[in-house]
Amino acid sequence: MFKEFSKGLIKENPVFVLALGLCPALGVTSKVVNALGMGAGVIFVLIGSNIFVSLLKNFIPDKVRIPAYIVIIASFVTVVEMMMEAFLPSLYDALGVFVPLIVVNCVILGRAEAFANKNGVGASILDALGMGIGFTLALVVIAFVREVLGSGSITLIGMGSWDGVIKIPGLYESPIRVFSLAAGALLVMGYLKALLAWSTDRKAVKK
Amino acid sequence: MTYVGIIITFVFINNFILSQFMGLCPFIGVSKNVESAVGMGFAVTFVMSIAALATWAIQNLILVPLHIEFLQTITFILMIAALVQFVEMFVQKSSPSLYKALGIYLPLITTNCAVLGIALIAVRSNYNALESFVAGISAGLGFLLAIVLMSTIREKLDSEWIPKPFRGTPIAFITGGLMALAFMAFDKALLNNLIG
Repeated sequence: MFKEFSKGLIKENPVFVLALGLCPALGVTSKVVNALGMGAGVIFVLIGSNIFVSLLKNFIPDKVRIPAYIVIIASFVTVVEMMMEAFLPSLYDALGVFVPLIVVNCVILGRAEAFANKNGVGASILDALGMGIGFTLALVVIAFVREVLGSGSITLIGMGSWDGVIKIPGLYESPIRVFSLAAGALLVMGYLKALLAWSTDRKAVKK
Repeated sequence: MTYVGIIITFVFINNFILSQFMGLCPFIGVSKNVESAVGMGFAVTFVMSIAALATWAIQNLILVPLHIEFLQTITFILMIAALVQFVEMFVQKSSPSLYKALGIYLPLITTNCAVLGIALIAVRSNYNALESFVAGISAGLGFLLAIVLMSTIREKLDSEWIPKPFRGTPIAFITGGLMALAFMAFDKALLNNLIG
């Protein structure tokens, strides 16, 4: 059972290995806090849709399964949208159009199609948790690199009197702006993927 | 904003792939050769222009009068899925040769976030029907431009030596990043200079 959970973290990481959900992975990662918010939204939708797809797998006719999955996913996305707008308005504004776009995040539809419609509820929840956390992890890594280099800061969730921003001396005054823009996102993604390929290659050689 | 302004904005300044991060999956996945990139680009442009118009109609003729705007996400994605299915059937019946060329890309378009993206952006910018349609076409053309440029570069890269860890998608992302860097030359100031 634990394997269902752990495979999504690194071995089958949705963003770096399966290359799914790329648009939000680059679109919202100019700040670490946005990556965390996006990750939380995706985890919620993923768990909800995996549970429902797994429960309904014997009732949904095979021919209309994709539209049926999309309706299930869209309902959960609407819930996330409304909750976020009500309780976390600043995050909602920062993520902008990427909140409703969770609907077309291929990670979620991909897990419904590849896992939840073949497995039981328990395994589907574990799979959703693993994949969701793996997705969040990847987003946070990308956001960390981009924010440190592009703005010279690390923005976490503010609590009490602390606003949640860690400023890095030197970089904060003169950051490498391009990393917080579109071009930097694509470059960071390319280098991180190359790094991953290099490290798996080295491991394979050692064996 | 004028129509020229909308066209320049969506083709160059806010290019969907290179500055909005939408439609990255096909941008990386279907850009290995020029032919399929052109096919994908035109299929997406076609669906985006109709989707922008259709979702405008849903938003302003159904959701707003009935005060059920919160159903926006569900209705839009269903509309797009149905539209893609319809386009697929129509193309299959009317032009089998075009269907052969686009066939495998059509179902993929439903989960292309650029389509839902343009629908949501057009609604949030309060465009009227014609403006939404023009925005849809221009965003699609921007997508076409970026994916075709990318595929020509990748065809050239095929014959070059690339360090092993960078082969495949990593070099594609870096190429995309450098293209985005070049596209940063198109900005708001340029738009103001062009159309005052």
